[in-house]
Amino acid sequence: MASKLAIIFFGMILTNNYVLVKFLGICPFLGVSKKLDSAVGMSGAVIFVMTLATCATWPIYTYLLVPNGLEYLNNIVFILVIATLVQLVEIILKKFMPPLYNALGVFLPLITTNCAVLGVTILNVDNGYTFVESIVCAVGAGIGFMLAMVLFSGVRRRVEDAKPPKCFEGLPITLVAASIVSLSFMGFGGMIENIFKG
Amino acid sequence: MGKSTTKPNRAQIFTNGLIKENPSLRLVLGTCPTLAVTTMAFNGVGMGLAATFVLICSNIVISALRKVIPDKVRLPAFITVIASFVTIVQFLVKAYVPALDSALGVFLPLITVNCIILGRAEMFASKNDVLSSAFDGLGMGLGFTFTLTLMASIREILGAGTFFGIQVMPKAVDPMGIFITPAGGFFVFGALMALVVFIETKTTGKPKKRSIGCEGCPSAGSCQSKGECDK
Repeated sequence: MASKLAIIFFGMILTNNYVLVKFLGICPFLGVSKKLDSAVGMSGAVIFVMTLATCATWPIYTYLLVPNGLEYLNNIVFILVIATLVQLVEIILKKFMPPLYNALGVFLPLITTNCAVLGVTILNVDNGYTFVESIVCAVGAGIGFMLAMVLFSGVRRRVEDAKPPKCFEGLPITLVAASIVSLSFMGFGGMIENIFKG
Repeated sequence: MGKSTTKPNRAQIFTNGLIKENPSLRLVLGTCPTLAVTTMAFNGVGMGLAATFVLICSNIVISALRKVIPDKVRLPAFITVIASFVTIVQFLVKAYVPALDSALGVFLPLITVNCIILGRAEMFASKNDVLSSAFDGLGMGLGFTFTLTLMASIREILGAGTFFGIQVMPKAVDPMGIFITPAGGFFVFGALMALVVFIETKTTGKPKKRSIGCEGCPSAGSCQSKGECDK
């Protein structure tokens, strides 16, 4: 049990990294990674929303949709639940936790339509994870997102100073840099399963 | 887009999406599927056509309902319309092209949050008449399909030596597996975008600036921190 959770958790961070391996949530990865503090703020909000969204959607799917044979509605239900949840969280944070709101709040509306958040909820029920496994998977995916964002914001500072060929300036060279970061994550392939199998 | 005050030319709206406002390479929308599903040309075409179908249908419905939907709840309303059509596409693909369903995996339901579709609903369909919106959806969708197919062809030919599953590279040439890995996806996309910038510079002298920011972000309308991403 514990080893399965560990495989899911570390696998989500390294081998199945959502951004660099699975290509989920590329927009914030390329858009908000120019500065380290915005990268951290954005990833904090992603971890938070991913975990909350999984906590909300897993019971709805298991106890409401499955018994009524409505599994095919998961897409519509999940996206609306996530959208409502984000709005609600924004209001609550603004009222009761202003410091947290200031750190995460600006990024919350952006996350509603982020494919990483909807992706993690759908993949969790598709993979047939239990509730605990789903939560671990969501937290791992969020931390993996943060790792990629923080690493890449460092790489990007160097890239901005470099002088690539004229037509590569801006986004193209950023994509090539992302390619090299992604290449380094390929090195983790198969490692996690082998460590925790024993 | 039809900036002139006269009735927008429908043919122009259609070709806009194909070249001038090509969603992936010029507006930089829908990057996730562009990178993820383009390992084989067949998947690229399939993903593009599925997105085109959703785009046309949602554009038509949203445009028809544009005077009924209150401004404050327009985003949830748009999302619901889009998610319904995505569910229909999921059923169709599962029933008739099961191979495509397993190849696209989670990216098929994720068409719901594809920035192209929500972006077009917000920027075009909610402001224009039904027929124009349908043409806009068709043009944008085909532009997206074209880019996906082009990128998938490059990756498949270089990375696996095949094109639509048929061997095209001589057997003696070892396929460069790196191109079908995620790293290869980022690289091919970057190189392709650089090529488009190069062509733009040669033909018009001034390439369009590309950034992932508020322009094209579906949440831009409800976002209080405008410009935060561009900093």
